[in-house]
Amino acid sequence: MLEKIRGKVLSGKRLTEADALDLFESDDIFLLASLASHIAEKKNGRKAYFVRNRHINPTNICVNRCRFCAFSRSKGQEGAYEMTIAEIVKKLRTEKAKLKVPYSELHIVGGLHPDWPFTYYLELVSTIKKNFPKLHIKAFTAVEIDYFSKISGLSLEETLTSLKRCGLGSMPGGGAEIFAPEIRNRLCLEKISGDRWLEVMAAAHKAGLRTNATMLYGHIESYEDRIDHLMKLRKLQDKTGGFQAFIPLAYHPKNTEIKGSYTSGIDDLRTISISRLYLDNFQHIKAYWVMLGEKISQLALKFGADDIDGTIIEEKITHSAGALTGEQLTAEQLSGLIKKAGRIPVERDSFYRKVRRAE
Amino acid sequence: MKKTKQKKNTTEKRTHPCIPASDRITKKEALSMLRTADILDLGLTADNMRKRLHPEGIVSFVVDRNINYTNVCINKCTFCAFWRDEDDRDAYILDRDALFAKIEETLDLGGTQILIQGGLHPRLGIDYYIDLLRAIKERFEIDIHGFSPPEICYIADSADLTIRETLHILREAGLDSVPGGGAEILSDRVREILSPRKIKSSRWLKVMETAHLLGMRTTATMMFGSIERPEDIITHLDAIRELQDKTGGFTAFIPWSFQSGNTELIQNSKFKIQNSATAVEYLKVLALSRIYLDNIDNIQASWVTQGLKLAQVSLRFGANDFGSTMIEENVVASTGVSFRTSKHEIINTIRAAGFIPAQRDTYYNILRRWQP
Repeated sequence: MLEKIRGKVLSGKRLTEADALDLFESDDIFLLASLASHIAEKKNGRKAYFVRNRHINPTNICVNRCRFCAFSRSKGQEGAYEMTIAEIVKKLRTEKAKLKVPYSELHIVGGLHPDWPFTYYLELVSTIKKNFPKLHIKAFTAVEIDYFSKISGLSLEETLTSLKRCGLGSMPGGGAEIFAPEIRNRLCLEKISGDRWLEVMAAAHKAGLRTNATMLYGHIESYEDRIDHLMKLRKLQDKTGGFQAFIPLAYHPKNTEIKGSYTSGIDDLRTISISRLYLDNFQHIKAYWVMLGEKISQLALKFGADDIDGTIIEEKITHSAGALTGEQLTAEQLSGLIKKAGRIPVERDSFYRKVRRAE
Repeated sequence: MKKTKQKKNTTEKRTHPCIPASDRITKKEALSMLRTADILDLGLTADNMRKRLHPEGIVSFVVDRNINYTNVCINKCTFCAFWRDEDDRDAYILDRDALFAKIEETLDLGGTQILIQGGLHPRLGIDYYIDLLRAIKERFEIDIHGFSPPEICYIADSADLTIRETLHILREAGLDSVPGGGAEILSDRVREILSPRKIKSSRWLKVMETAHLLGMRTTATMMFGSIERPEDIITHLDAIRELQDKTGGFTAFIPWSFQSGNTELIQNSKFKIQNSATAVEYLKVLALSRIYLDNIDNIQASWVTQGLKLAQVSLRFGANDFGSTMIEENVVASTGVSFRTSKHEIINTIRAAGFIPAQRDTYYNILRRWQP
């Protein structure tokens, strides 16, 4: 059975959903790793990417109540916070003065704030862009975009193009969770459906915005649910080609309503490999070190991943749910991990172009 | 006389029956594997070997607690963050009541063993150790896995006894088995730099050989990822394999990587160390250990230094044992690395990797198994 899949992979044929299930149910992790590495190398050579980036979460106040989330708060609840645009700019400015090498990308995601108008977000993006013109802004998940369109009364297309005009450079892939409706409803009833998530992404790609895609796994979903998720992503990618990287996100159990346990290291690696093999139309598979831990992320580079994300600087969402990692890694640490895994470290920009610096 | 324990694998053997001697890899082959082999190739070879040696798919662990009777140590190794001077404010010698309470708690949690280790305290003589062992054995039915070779040598030297005499006396007092700590890297070139006051390789091996000849089982460890070269790792593995050929007394081999926090080795720039070993390096050494040490049954994963996730992955890179639940651990924790776990979590982790979790005793006899 695996022989057949091996043959398909080596001859460049597309895997079916049944193939993916066979791979999830196999314990031959060495075959998985070698096949996934073969594909990763075909796509990206021996390169593995990292980025100098910074996360900003303007608020944790959110109208949704996703049961796997330990970050969100209601307005007025203890621990709830909101940042003004001036505060954010000040933070970035102080940091910039201290950093020898500035970060190239800002990753902004936050809660669905009940009172903030759409103009807050437009202004946030344009003010940052005005102050730091070289900084790439990768911001707002499909869930936030959908919410902006609702609160502003604008169409998806208008919402996206307004943000783009203000300086939005690309979009992250969050909020995808698991598309399968039955699981999704149990996890995050208030959140937009999987279909809507895909619709927003299609609109973003159409508007000329590149995005990522994610999948939250290791909670209550089955292998079939994971495959269904991957299948829908591959389908949309066939149509638009707008996804840059796929990022499987390992569920974290602390302080959440569904509890459960951390994912296993072997499941993390297997999921990376199968994503690499099944998503033949995605250029990049990212092993997000904040969630996997730097050890498993490094190993993931031997299991089909070609990106371990970035310096991050400050991470709130996974850390609310019991992240076992620190909040930041230096560019030197990231490139060291990549080198020790036998790959060539490449500092990338938000579009996977090599960053060149005058020495 | 001490009552004899039910022990597994007490017969001396040159190699494991499953492996023909001709399959043995040479030092030269091992060195080239360590230098150039792909981690996945090494992993697959080690995984197959683990399957041959443990076809039943069991991954074992012991329920125990590390008890460190003192942190005062005259050795002051550069890689250690645990040692204190006698007059340091946080220097201690554990009092009896605290010790007994710890043992009671261990037994309550289903523990079968305590690992007693400590610093080389200039004021503790052999009588302290004899009294300690007797006091424990009088009160509790528990295996005492205690005193690594540097401690045994220090006790012997300060009492002006031979290693054999010392081990004999300690054994009579209640010592059951000897942990493999203090091996670090069995290359005197490296020891001279890292831990000049600690016993040299030959003495470490001598203690183990003597213990084995007295019928005691021991483990062996290796701390890598500091300043050693690949050759030093191979020298270490070879010394262990050679002694095991002679005595068959090692129950398990436990490689772990240097944890740098709060140690002189990382703080003093003359040693030029930047980071602890990464996951790929750990798995490489682990897999090579499985492959090279064809005469040692068990290879332990080190969740204490690598975390649960990587320890779990290491079950597919040659390890077949999850070490201990370590209700208490102080030495690694003093470097700022504090992975914590419970029996429940260890069982789940083993299960999620597709193995049958089983609790074992010090001698690797299975006491209880759980559903896969």
